[in-house]
Amino acid sequence: MSTEQSRSYLTVRDLVVHFPTSDGVVKATDGLSYEVSRGKTLGIVGESGSGKSVSSSAILGLHRGTNAQVSGEILLDGVDLLTISDEEMRRKRGKDVAMIFQDPLSAMHPYYSVGNQIAEAYRVHNNVSRRAARARAIEMLDRVGIPQPSRRVDDYPHQFSGGMRQRAMIAMSLINDPGLLIADEPTTALDVTVQAQILDLLQDLQREFNSAIIIITHDLGVVAEMADDVLVMYGGRAVEYGPTAEILVRPEMPYTWGLLSSVPDVTGDVDAKLIPIPGNPPSLLHPPSGCAFHPRCTHRDKVPGNLCFTEMPELLPVADGRNHTKRCHLANPDEVYAVEVLPAIAPDLAEEQR
Amino acid sequence: MFAYIVRRAVIGVALLIVMSLVTFILFFSGAFDPARNACGKVCSPAQIEQTSKALGYDKPILTQWGSFLAGIVVGRDYPLDKKVREENPDLVTHCAAPCLGYSMVNTDTVNNVLKSAIPISVSIALVAFVFWIIGGLLFGIIAAMTKGSFLDRGIVGLSLIFYAFPTFVVGSLLLRFVAIKWQIFALPVYVPLTQSPGLWFTNLILPAVTLALFYMAAYARMSRAFIIEASTEDYVRTAKAKGVKKVPLMFKHTLRAALTPLVTMAGLDLAILLGGAIITEDVFGFHGLGLLAVTSNSRQDLPTIVGIVLLLSTFVIIANIVVDILYAYIDPRVRLD
Ligand SMILES: Nc1ncnc2c1ncn2[C@@H]1O[C@H](COP(=O)(O)OP(=O)(O)OP(=O)(O)O)[C@@H](O)[C@H]1O
Ligand code: SF4
Ligand SMILES: [Mg+2]
Repeated sequence: MSTEQSRSYLTVRDLVVHFPTSDGVVKATDGLSYEVSRGKTLGIVGESGSGKSVSSSAILGLHRGTNAQVSGEILLDGVDLLTISDEEMRRKRGKDVAMIFQDPLSAMHPYYSVGNQIAEAYRVHNNVSRRAARARAIEMLDRVGIPQPSRRVDDYPHQFSGGMRQRAMIAMSLINDPGLLIADEPTTALDVTVQAQILDLLQDLQREFNSAIIIITHDLGVVAEMADDVLVMYGGRAVEYGPTAEILVRPEMPYTWGLLSSVPDVTGDVDAKLIPIPGNPPSLLHPPSGCAFHPRCTHRDKVPGNLCFTEMPELLPVADGRNHTKRCHLANPDEVYAVEVLPAIAPDLAEEQR
Repeated sequence: MFAYIVRRAVIGVALLIVMSLVTFILFFSGAFDPARNACGKVCSPAQIEQTSKALGYDKPILTQWGSFLAGIVVGRDYPLDKKVREENPDLVTHCAAPCLGYSMVNTDTVNNVLKSAIPISVSIALVAFVFWIIGGLLFGIIAAMTKGSFLDRGIVGLSLIFYAFPTFVVGSLLLRFVAIKWQIFALPVYVPLTQSPGLWFTNLILPAVTLALFYMAAYARMSRAFIIEASTEDYVRTAKAKGVKKVPLMFKHTLRAALTPLVTMAGLDLAILLGGAIITEDVFGFHGLGLLAVTSNSRQDLPTIVGIVLLLSTFVIIANIVVDILYAYIDPRVRLD
């Protein structure tokens, strides 16, 4: 969406990831499309179980060799990752696409030193000696801000703090200078100050390496700070997608409103209420009829003809042709937001806009 | 690390001392008279009393236990009564430390009785161990890597069959066909390693395979399960996401994690087998510790039984220490100090 001029580095089209199970098919991702350019960041937000990790793992081909059914198109620099061979995919992992996982303690092998694991990421893709790989690992540890890297390189993950482990994971993922970095909730397990440091580090490194980043999070605060574009996922599908400034300021889909309500500090408003979204995430085995959000939506009665119960809304551009799509039947979302939602979650802002 | 081993060894020795007391109380203060058993069925009361005195059964149980422990440290001379020894110097049997007692039934020290049986059991156990670990891991890895395939199902099915098959049937069949009918191997007899390493090994193949098949089946299924479990670990996914190839992914990342529980089991299984494999020894007529335990039991040879019990306990305690040391070697998070 900020990609009009530059060709996007990653283009995902109509991605489907289904898991056949004994209870039926788990539709973890359905009809998902988005794109990211180099130097840009896409934030993917959504509740637990909305398919953020499953859809992103598909980019690395991590569903290969499992019973998952994956279809659609994942174009990385023009190459469809869903059609290449396993070996071609393996060569791209860690080199063209790298991934940082949520919990840096469980994501690092407890039996190998941090340096060994970082150097391995380099040696897999570069024909260099152990020694050269180690030197490169130390260099990367230094780059991500680990003090005394030539000493700490031989430490084991359990000897690192949570923040240092995540820095080490970042070093590991960036060692081959990948064009795309997927960060799956990279700061969830960390405390707030460390969180901010890690996000800053990611932004610094992005400028330096000019990589595309997908950052997955529950936290719209992280999105506000990091992302150029936002994709909101609900029940395995995109429900709202557009530039961050646009989505955070003029959201048009009730689920996004709900997410905004549960993050008071997006607007920096101290009077704001934290309103969690009532109800439970939808079943991916037996999704609700019509709009997947309708069982929890307080605005469904504003749509005539019970449409919310019977028909799934398409992901369509918003009314005035802004660079922004949403999946909702509401005819006048701007008005509903300004009158009903904003006053509750950000009284100051609502006041200003009057 | 060294301090840890010393501490564990001290605890192990303490455990053995307690074990010896318990077995002493169980066996020598029981309902039946140990001297009567030792002497035999046709002994006169006078002979029984003489035996009792020679072996110290006339003393209180704790005193007997004390001199047993002392014997382990400094050795003993039989008969225990000094006066009797001085009167009949040609009857004296010296039992060097660590002396485990005197078996009247065998008219020899327990040490000598065990000495001939230990190498046999240890040989069978070690060779079987090598077979079952290699086979079990190999099949476990193949099954895990081809999970859900025809091959995997075949391995799991076969291992269930071998796991359920009685050892004496496997042993008898091997003996009957491989050794007797097809004569691939000569009828196995135990040849000491020191005499001929080659013959030692070839004679051990059939008994070791008999014993190993059961364990191999168990270990194939266990290692398959542990590997499949380990492959769902986050750090294995990380390695995969780095682009690590399939084979190093299995051996460097997955297997290493699956090894920890396997090492524990393997250590204890080996320790117990070192103490004898009764059925296998019986089928092949190898007079190891297992058969010795059975015959000593039926002949009520209490000193030998006590010796075997303590030997087995020692194996288990040593195995535990070795397993813990291996743990520290495998897992850097385990600090042994
Ligand atoms: N192999 C699988 N088989 C069946 N269902 C699966 C499988 N993997 C994931 N799922 C299901 O897919 C859904 C989406 O999972 P995913 O991990 O993508 O959620 P998420 O949005 O990343 O959530 P979180 O924020 O908790 O990480 C979940 O309901 C999960 O149970
Ligand atoms: S389509 Fe209807 S139920 Fe769904 S979010 Fe919009 S208003 Fe709510
Ligand atoms: Mg996730």
